[in-house]
Amino acid sequence: MSRPFPEAAREALENTQLRHNLRVATHTIRAKRNAVVSEVPDWEALRDRGARIKEAAMRHLDVHLEQLERSVTAAGGVVHWARDADEANATVARLVREAGSSEAIKVKSLATDEIGLNDALAREGITAHETDLAELIVQLGHDRQSHILVPAIHRNRAEIRELFRRELAGTEDLTDDPPALAEAARRHLRERFLSVGVGISGANFAVAETGTVCVVESEGNGRMCTTLPRVLITVMGIEKVLPRFADLGVMLQLLPRSSTGERMNPYTSLWTGVTAGDGPEAFHLVLLDAGRTDVLADSIGRQALHCIRCSACLNVCPVYERTGGHAYESTYPGPIGAILTPQLRGLESAPTLPWASSLCGACYEVCPVKIDIPSVLVHLRGRVVREAKGDGWRARIAGERLAMEAMARVFGSRRRYEAAQRAARAGAWPLSRDGKIERRLPGPMAGWTQARDLPAPKESFRDWWRRERA
Amino acid sequence: MSTEASRPRTLGDVRVALFITCVNDTLFPDTGRATVRVLERLGHEVVFPLEQTCCGQMHANSGYQLEAVPLVRRFVRAFGDPSFDAVVCPSGSCAAMVGDQYARLADLSGDQKLVGAVAALAPKVHELSQFLVDVLGIEDVGAYFPHRVTYHPTCHSLRLLKVGDAPLRLLRNVRGLRLVELPEATTCCGFGGTFAVKNADTSTAMLTDKLRSVLDTGAEVCAAVDNSCLMHIGGGLSRQRTGVRTVHLAEILAGTE
Repeated sequence: MSRPFPEAAREALENTQLRHNLRVATHTIRAKRNAVVSEVPDWEALRDRGARIKEAAMRHLDVHLEQLERSVTAAGGVVHWARDADEANATVARLVREAGSSEAIKVKSLATDEIGLNDALAREGITAHETDLAELIVQLGHDRQSHILVPAIHRNRAEIRELFRRELAGTEDLTDDPPALAEAARRHLRERFLSVGVGISGANFAVAETGTVCVVESEGNGRMCTTLPRVLITVMGIEKVLPRFADLGVMLQLLPRSSTGERMNPYTSLWTGVTAGDGPEAFHLVLLDAGRTDVLADSIGRQALHCIRCSACLNVCPVYERTGGHAYESTYPGPIGAILTPQLRGLESAPTLPWASSLCGACYEVCPVKIDIPSVLVHLRGRVVREAKGDGWRARIAGERLAMEAMARVFGSRRRYEAAQRAARAGAWPLSRDGKIERRLPGPMAGWTQARDLPAPKESFRDWWRRERA
Repeated sequence: MSTEASRPRTLGDVRVALFITCVNDTLFPDTGRATVRVLERLGHEVVFPLEQTCCGQMHANSGYQLEAVPLVRRFVRAFGDPSFDAVVCPSGSCAAMVGDQYARLADLSGDQKLVGAVAALAPKVHELSQFLVDVLGIEDVGAYFPHRVTYHPTCHSLRLLKVGDAPLRLLRNVRGLRLVELPEATTCCGFGGTFAVKNADTSTAMLTDKLRSVLDTGAEVCAAVDNSCLMHIGGGLSRQRTGVRTVHLAEILAGTE
């Protein structure tokens, strides 16, 4: 079981640099997104279409995946099926070795983060080089990703300058000017692009009818990785499949605007199998399940699989903005992570994540494929309460369960409800002054009264009504 | 239930059943009195079904959906009287609970009668500002409130109920009131029901930013349509001795010269 969210969050909340970096970064991306979304007159209709495409893809996922396999194979690629992280990692390691390489260059990919590919390859003596600038920052700093799109969002440029000066050669005079930082990374990476024979990528989309795989990116490193090496390996969650090529027309409008706040991302790479004399000689597509088919069994929860990893929900989430991504202890942080992680890993591995939300609904409002994240959160809370069996977890919520059952009994009868109101007033009276409780209370109200006063009126509304009106 | 409800004092066009909410009933009786005053001043009949307790939102949102089902039944019993033209609630969040979650909870119960009763009743349930502006078509309720006020749009009223600018239209027509815009108004205050207790530190961090926005306006009063959120914001303003208070929209609308 990962650390409870409230505990991990408390640590993050105390990090003033992190709070500042996150506030600046999320507000900047939010403003960019709002600007480019508001200029699309049919944005809501596009969202509806995006949602329908993903629903259709999920409804007959087996059919689309088998068609994808046929299309990729017909175009000269090889498809591998991986039930879980271990199978996927072993397949990739074998393919790298068979290519005669002990190194690979990587395009930014969440699926490979999710399965811990880099560490698994390292154990096999294979070095994976991250080539996305933010992923490079994370890798060089032996750090963890904290955002889906901007993995190093928790770092500012002064921190990155220090990291580069420590880790990269020839950076003694490096300033914290962003172009200078990017240039230092570019010099470091260029050498690898030209020398390493295996590229590894994820996929934003894969089209069943054509076998076309799609990666969208901003930096051009992805295109280097997918075109220069002799062998290209793509690891893709099975939920990324789209039935038709035309579906890309909708998704490629929704994704960049929601994600980076751009009308179109700088690089969109599409490839279909292999082409002699152009790009890699061999293409392998690893289709990853890792819990996804289990998620499909939950009729409310499965919409989490519609996610196109834009990260708009992270950028508008008031919880994420304050805690950052590390508190979620998952490749998938923020609101989407709070519904995806417990479902992919099992409820008991992250039982507090469905509560890491005030249910404000800002995430649902911006989701390009209309995932009703608040409803799924509430649904998963119910599943955790009813289904999570771990001894530690049951003990943790035993008190809460008793309180909830007691409250349900109180609310279940007018007599008990009115008696409880009188008891609460009697209990509050010695603690209150001028109709308010201004001190920190023990027990379940401690969390409330540590920062807030509590009202304590002399009479309930119904008492007034009965006195005045009955 | 209508026999239990007290006799009307004013006969008006619309017979309104007041859905007070347990939070208002217990902790904010002034909001209930103000709601009655506003509706009666407009000539409508207000009844208060005493069998109502809690809508079940706390249970439903905390993972205890099965425990919330009997509260859905209770609500349907308390407000199902066909003589009620409307059920009006001075809370966006609790009104949204009925509209947004009751159908799902009724489904969960497997009781088709409850499913039908919820489907019939839910469209009659309105949050107060929405009832005044969208149902009755009134934006000026003849109120007087000579203060500098800022308005916090609560998340559930904004995103689930979609009240839009109904509360602002009402506030703009209050005599003596100076309305000042709240920066980053649509950001959650950090209340979130049990979130405020379960994730108290994150909730407090969100609250602090909301308090800063409220204080930046120079307003004396922060208004909203949900006392739960106002209890959170007001609890923070009071603890920090800011000299700014929170007031429910109904209480502003109830004020007269």
